[in-house]
Amino acid sequence: MGRYLNTTVAKKFAMGLSGLFLVSFLLMHVTVNFVSTVSPSVYNSLSEFMGYNFVVQLLLQPILVIGVVFHFVMGMVLEVNNRKARPIGYEKFDKSSNTTWMSRNMIITGIVILLFLGLHMYDFFFPELAYKFGNGYDAAQVPDFYTGLVAKFQDPIRVGIYVLSFVFLMLHLLHGFYGSFQSIGWGDRNSRALKGFAKWFSILVPLLFIYIALFHYFGSL
Amino acid sequence: MKLFLKIWRQENAQAKGQMVDYTIDGIDPNMSFLEMLDVLNEQLVAENKEPIEFDHDCREGICGTCSLQINGQPHGPDRLTTTCQLHMRKFKDGDTIYIEPFRAKAFPVVKDLVIDRSSFERIQQAGGYVSVNTSGNTIDANTIPVDKESADTAFDSAACIGCGACVAACKNASAALFVGAKISQFANLPQGQVEATQRAINMVNQMDAEGFGSCTNTGACEIECPKGIKLTNIATMNREYIKATTKG
Repeated sequence: MGRYLNTTVAKKFAMGLSGLFLVSFLLMHVTVNFVSTVSPSVYNSLSEFMGYNFVVQLLLQPILVIGVVFHFVMGMVLEVNNRKARPIGYEKFDKSSNTTWMSRNMIITGIVILLFLGLHMYDFFFPELAYKFGNGYDAAQVPDFYTGLVAKFQDPIRVGIYVLSFVFLMLHLLHGFYGSFQSIGWGDRNSRALKGFAKWFSILVPLLFIYIALFHYFGSL
Repeated sequence: MKLFLKIWRQENAQAKGQMVDYTIDGIDPNMSFLEMLDVLNEQLVAENKEPIEFDHDCREGICGTCSLQINGQPHGPDRLTTTCQLHMRKFKDGDTIYIEPFRAKAFPVVKDLVIDRSSFERIQQAGGYVSVNTSGNTIDANTIPVDKESADTAFDSAACIGCGACVAACKNASAALFVGAKISQFANLPQGQVEATQRAINMVNQMDAEGFGSCTNTGACEIECPKGIKLTNIATMNREYIKATTKG
């Protein structure tokens, strides 16, 4: 079995699966964040659940981290191999006549998203580690997540970086989401419906993230 | 028509090649692209210069022998057209045209514009066939019922002429469309089921062994394919491979 996993098709299958897993996480994330624009108290309850629930923290969160790391490392491995497949390039190569910018530059949009994840972890994940895993659950120590969220979006430079990163996320998803179905062998089944769904998901989810960031920035002015 | 050509010249597989400029005049717009190169070669021979080597055979768009990356696109600017079916009326008087060989590690240059595409043949030999008993009691394939949709899908895949334009167009030099088409044409027919497992595994393994890149679903191959082979063939290949590996 192991020898089969080393082929380019198997690697792309794994890339597709991890991509679809990350897309499902994005849907959950944007849903919780959107609640912050509607009801601060419900947002706080959801954040407390996500921040302290045993299954979320000790099972789903490690799987998510592994998924992100795997997706990025495998993407880099495939990129390096792909560059080796054409050691001598063309004098003239008209790539724009048959491909989109998004499809050709997944590695660039991916690296930008990874850099953004660093900032995002610095903003929201690392500061929470102490009270999440330090002294165990203590209701009195649970912070006001909503206030913390709004405070982060007061800096226009940070908001600008977030908005720009979500644009790159959109570009990455516009090619990658449907491509994941293709990589796992589903591309030829209901492809029109799948393509339409993947396209609108890829546009709407990053737009919602942008809306949430701008909502909290302008809402507090 | 007067044209300014920039053509890849390379003495042999080991030599370092380079782009060489040529000017050619009096080209009839109704000539095919290969006829234009024939005229250039006659001109070079008359000047006691080495003619340009390029692949061609049927000149009817069905054999898959002609190749050429023309102005950065495999088989030139026309869609669903091989180089031999491309006509000079697609260009304008005074145009500069870049002519290069298909580039891939698995398609080494033999000389000038001629490349070695035997990697495709080795992939075919690895599993792109059905084993038929030819002892004298061979059953006619037409006696096996095949539904119309499957037959049409298999036929569309079988239209692949193995020219290598998919590899040339792909930024990763991936052969996924070619291999996908060859796997799909049998995956859609009952005759192909018996050897489906080994076919998918062996052809994918051989594709990797030849040094082709992986598919990143850019779709360049589908757009540049002179026979209109669809990207869905790659999804079929992926599915067949995963099915084959999970069967063991």
